[in-house]
Amino acid sequence: MAGYRTPLGRARGLGAAKSGVGHFIAERASSVALIPLVLWAVWAALSLAGGGYDDAQAWLRSPINAGLLVLLALAGFFHMQLGMRVIIEDYIARHSTRTVLLLANLFFCWGAGVLTVLAILKVALGGGAN
Amino acid sequence: MVQLTLPKNSTVGKGRHHPAPAGAKNVKTFKVYRYDPETPGNPTWDTYDVDVDACGPMLLDVLIHIKNTMDSTLAFRRSCREGVCGSCAMNVGGRNTLACTHGWEEVPGKEIQISPLPSQPVVKDLVADLTLFYAQYASIEPWLHTTTPEPQGEWKQSEEDRAKLDGLYECILCACCTTSCPSYWWNGEKYLGPATLLQARRWIVDSRDEATGERLDALEDPFKLYRCHTIMNCAQVCPKGLNPAKAISEIKAMLVERVV
Repeated sequence: MAGYRTPLGRARGLGAAKSGVGHFIAERASSVALIPLVLWAVWAALSLAGGGYDDAQAWLRSPINAGLLVLLALAGFFHMQLGMRVIIEDYIARHSTRTVLLLANLFFCWGAGVLTVLAILKVALGGGAN
Repeated sequence: MVQLTLPKNSTVGKGRHHPAPAGAKNVKTFKVYRYDPETPGNPTWDTYDVDVDACGPMLLDVLIHIKNTMDSTLAFRRSCREGVCGSCAMNVGGRNTLACTHGWEEVPGKEIQISPLPSQPVVKDLVADLTLFYAQYASIEPWLHTTTPEPQGEWKQSEEDRAKLDGLYECILCACCTTSCPSYWWNGEKYLGPATLLQARRWIVDSRDEATGERLDALEDPFKLYRCHTIMNCAQVCPKGLNPAKAISEIKAMLVERVV
């Protein structure tokens, strides 16, 4: 029980954070961006499926392809971070656990996102396979 | 973590069986949640074999019949018996509803299970403690906010603006929607819940109110508002046929409109 705190005091809590609309818009904007990017990526993966590394590298040397792939990685990990944040906030009630998991989510998504972009750039800008 | 099972002292055990009176021809079994804070022990499911020929068609008729003729210790709230006061909100067959406007014949299954509104503390039997729910409603300040000096007569409103309150003002605060919302189960202390947010929308959209911005400010919060994930249980169970999820999405749209 919340001791002698009045129900209204309990309901008001710490007040409104005056944030949330940014997250709401970002979630939707990134999902809209991901629709064409994912469709394009699936189409690209299918058309590259038969070829080898050199074919794929040649394809990735095109700035348009490399650019779109980098955008896909950024939008994907950004969207993932936003979505996971909501899931953690929904299901993890304990504040300390919630904070640790939110940080882990942030670090993982940023880390994986940066590594993915570097990997794309390495293949796109690097030399041949050998 | 989210609590997926009932704590030990809330596990519901088997309770008493109340047989139908001799000679009853049309018998229906009702499984009712029983909890008495003054008696030690866990809550129980009591079963009542009710002679439904002897009572009216609604679930509330059955409960009143049980209390009058079978077991006077059963506690439940009721008042208007016509879906206006919202007192007899409870969970019937896994679905929140008003006992007074819901016919027992509409509930599928051999026996009908009746329990208090979910996720709230239980005062006794079918009486849930809605203190926080009412406080959350009070927190949105559900009255007209104006700075302009009051007019001589009434605050005027066009017919079109009045029509915007339809689908909102009919809410009777029975708490069927709020207590059916999984998001409210997980974060009920911080999330305002569908009923309160529908009422918030009712004042935000009121053309006579001058505090729209302040009202939106007070809602813009990851927990107070944005815990709504359009699960839609609220609209499914509302005994008045309202759509709180739609009202909430309209609040979200207004918050976007402020920045985009």
